Amino acid sequence: MKKNSKVSDAIAGVKRGDIASVSRALTLAADGRQEADELLKAFFKDLGRAQKIGLCGPPGVGKSSLSSRLISLYRKRNLKVGMLAVDPSSPISGGSFLGDRLRIQEHISDTGVFIRSIASRGMVGGLSNTIFSQIHVLEAYGCDKILIETVGIGQDEVAIARAADTVVYVTTPQLGDEIQAMKAGVMEIGDLFVVNKADLEGRDKAVSDIRSALGLGLAAPRVWEPPVSAVSARDGLGLELLLADLDRHEKYLKETPEGRRRLKNQCREELSLYVSRRLYRDFLSKVSEKDIEDLVDHKINLVDLASEILK
Amino acid sequence: MVKVENIQESNLRPHRVLIAKPGLDGHDRGAKVIVRALRDAGFEVIYTGIRQTPEMIARAALQEDVSAVGLSLLSGAHMTLFPEVVRLLRKEGLEDVVVFGGGIIPDEDVSKLKKQGVDQVFGPGTPLSSIVGYLRERLEKKQ
Ligand SMILES: Nc1nc2c(ncn2[C@@H]2O[C@H](COP(=O)(O)OP(=O)(O)OP(=O)(O)O)[C@@H](O)[C@H]2O)c(=O)[nH]1
Ligand SMILES: [Mg+2]
Repeated sequence: MKKNSKVSDAIAGVKRGDIASVSRALTLAADGRQEADELLKAFFKDLGRAQKIGLCGPPGVGKSSLSSRLISLYRKRNLKVGMLAVDPSSPISGGSFLGDRLRIQEHISDTGVFIRSIASRGMVGGLSNTIFSQIHVLEAYGCDKILIETVGIGQDEVAIARAADTVVYVTTPQLGDEIQAMKAGVMEIGDLFVVNKADLEGRDKAVSDIRSALGLGLAAPRVWEPPVSAVSARDGLGLELLLADLDRHEKYLKETPEGRRRLKNQCREELSLYVSRRLYRDFLSKVSEKDIEDLVDHKINLVDLASEILK
Repeated sequence: MVKVENIQESNLRPHRVLIAKPGLDGHDRGAKVIVRALRDAGFEVIYTGIRQTPEMIARAALQEDVSAVGLSLLSGAHMTLFPEVVRLLRKEGLEDVVVFGGGIIPDEDVSKLKKQGVDQVFGPGTPLSSIVGYLRERLEKKQ
């Protein structure tokens, strides 16, 4: 009973724009227990409200610094911004070092910005299992833009493309070899490519390397040609152009079937994550030590036991 | 794999802790050592960096929904900064966030700080395991 009122208080608070409630709702959403279901139901009609911008790229390329700059620009337009910064959990200790705030603290006293650090908690692909629920909280809170920062480097790390509307792949001139070796996975998910730290040497080469990598192996011209831009989050260079590209991509999604296709993919992914969580919860509550003993003793086979559980 | 899930299901999700350095000195080696020790002990640790005002720390704690805030300070302004963080947290409605601190703090100040709501204070030589142990026990009790 008490738990329910805790959830309904959080729901009402988020709609009122209360920061403490948003924070509590994000925790409930992250934990993904049954008590968060009411929250998901209440917030679902805000689905698709914000432009969800994923920023991925190797460690240290400046994703957080760049986010901080974008937040400033959006705030100049008076848009409300949410940010989810995901870092990996240690598979051994379960702990996590969440350090993205270091570069974004300048926005801390701005009530139009809400930043939450998230540990991936065992989920592969650079996101957390409940990221969609947390996105819903920020959408219900009224965010116009939601930035999602995640380390994304290899082909396995492209989960961000299943949650974000617009994927920005960030790299730097120093990562020349990295760019040469950029794998198909990364090239395919990036809607925008950014060479950050353009204040350093090698900027033009990095940009042209990415351009040629994008051009390779293309059978037909694409409707959306991923722009490649050079920026410096440190010096504040090139950011207006990047912002214009982000706007252009949002418009492209609105005006072509691609926008709806992506929303459908996001829904499919969220549904599948939700169903697996629920199944797993049921599994834990239904399986007894005796069932496992029976398996070991060959009293029941795995398939029949599983069917029994899933009934 | 199943073990981790089990832990989460049994109400024991990782504790979230914020570590911050208030005050003007720019040395954060000590703070980073704590951050790493807590991470390795299974905590989710948010680090906000150096030169944080009490206002910044309280607001970050609010947005991150942490159970504890750890303050590291060398500069000697603990008698104003530590209680100010406690006060602002309470003002934001964060009644039960545990505040602990570390630094070169004289014994007579420790008891004063505790009276003002600082839960625990650690001196320079404190073994990391003591800090980790304290926090784990303290937060488990809270849950
Ligand atoms: N020279 C230069 N340095 C930059 C620039 N942007 C960021 N940096 C520096 O690069 C380092 C990493 O920046 P972050 O913003 O933390 O990078 P990140 O990609 O978020 O890092 P992780 O979250 O750890 O993967 C910091 O020391 C920044 O000061 C830039 O435009 N130019
Ligand atoms: Mg970062």
